[in-house]
Amino acid sequence: MELALIIEKFILITVVFALSLVVAMYSTLAERKIAAFLQDRVGPNRAGPGGMFQPLADGAKMFFKEEIIPEQASKFLFIAGPSLAILTACTGSAVIPWGDAIAVAGRIVDLQVTDINVGILYIFGVVSLGVYGVMIGGWASNNKFSLMGAIRAASQNISYEIPMGLSIIALLLVTNTLSLKEITAQQHGWHWNVLYQPLGFLLFMICSFAETNRTPFDLPECETELVGGYHTEYSSMKLGFYLFAEYINMFISSAVMATLYFGGYNYPGMDWVNNLLGPLWGPLIGVAVLFLKIFVFIFFFMWVRWTVPRFRYDQLMNLGWKVLIPLAIANIVITGIWITISDKL
Amino acid sequence: MNISLFYLVAFLSIFFSLLVIFSKNPVHSILYLIITFFTFTIHYILLNAQFLAIVNFIVYMGAILVLFLFVLMLLNLNKDSEPLKSNLLKIIGVIGGMCLLVTLVGSTKALHLSNPVVLQTQNLGLVKNLGKVLFSEFLLPFEVSSILLLSAMVGAVLLAKREPNNV
Repeated sequence: MELALIIEKFILITVVFALSLVVAMYSTLAERKIAAFLQDRVGPNRAGPGGMFQPLADGAKMFFKEEIIPEQASKFLFIAGPSLAILTACTGSAVIPWGDAIAVAGRIVDLQVTDINVGILYIFGVVSLGVYGVMIGGWASNNKFSLMGAIRAASQNISYEIPMGLSIIALLLVTNTLSLKEITAQQHGWHWNVLYQPLGFLLFMICSFAETNRTPFDLPECETELVGGYHTEYSSMKLGFYLFAEYINMFISSAVMATLYFGGYNYPGMDWVNNLLGPLWGPLIGVAVLFLKIFVFIFFFMWVRWTVPRFRYDQLMNLGWKVLIPLAIANIVITGIWITISDKL
Repeated sequence: MNISLFYLVAFLSIFFSLLVIFSKNPVHSILYLIITFFTFTIHYILLNAQFLAIVNFIVYMGAILVLFLFVLMLLNLNKDSEPLKSNLLKIIGVIGGMCLLVTLVGSTKALHLSNPVVLQTQNLGLVKNLGKVLFSEFLLPFEVSSILLLSAMVGAVLLAKREPNNV
């Protein structure tokens, strides 16, 4: 029994890990294809049919490029920076429920690596740790532009964590639990949290754009002002890790948004489908639905990137502190009043 | 198993906190401090206090130390630019450290090693039980400390704010 559990978790972790890497890999291709689509171009189409092997070619190119560590850089930290970035990006997936429990060979298998009872806070913690990779790498490069990028990343992350946390508090008032598994189970069918927390979702989404350093909030790597930002000095696969970590973060935050606000693996009519297909294939359809939601969010991330220009730095700070935080607090108050009234009725 | 794990983590906490003190570069110091706080998080998990562990993780590692690192990177201190400390500051530091040492020794003497405190409910650290205790039994201290934090925050903003005619 114990051994079976360990094997089961091991397989699950491997699959989740591989999936997030593959999704991140093909997000790079999707980004270029979507950019091309939005700008009325063709996009990469030379490597394989429709450019299918472009990510592999890019990866090989990254590995074979010359690797330069600056003379004056702090060597250990220079290597630790990108490693930390990719490590924190990959650990976030541990608490996301990928699907309902499935029955395989007489066993009930939870499609979630671990259900700790502080699931949301765990994700929040991992997200807040993500900035260290950028900061350490930027500082260790011993370059003014890198340092400015690192400092921008730190202040941006700290500022946007606050409205993010506040929007999660409003969500917790509705769900009454911190466990992601229970939050997902509560959204059975079409009872998605976005219907109860539309403003909270909007705030959370804006903050996840800022936390993943995506346009319009990509000031840490703002090339018009900072050359390349925190990764100016990086080359070869270390640069690749930084870029890759951004895509993994995008995948994870899409998964978190889909789980918290858009019902995770739930969809209208799931009971009927589950009865029809049985305890193995029914939940697997749910997994497919979750991934569909995730891909929609990833597409949205890219759509915004190729549509909206970058903020100026003071605009970024004004938006964070003077618009998002008051809105998030108002959201908590409104949610509190609404819950009290609906309890009394 | 649990005991040996505890000793390993305790050793790591002490080791990294010593490195915080002895490392020459202030940024390295902060990085060791981050690892020290991470070992504290493991201690909390070993005590089955998941909520405290994750809060320590978010607040100390994810926010406060990022700010520390932020300030140090902005100043970019190194051996050449480090201001010389006056003797008075050194003496004050020694006296402060001694006071802390005396307090720590005194508090360990007050412990009864032969009669250790046993946790009555194993799941006290889980968020549900902790929340119930905080909002019923310890409601007043909880609210008072929140006002204390708010006033500290307002004070900091007030101090940092420039006079309008000086701009």
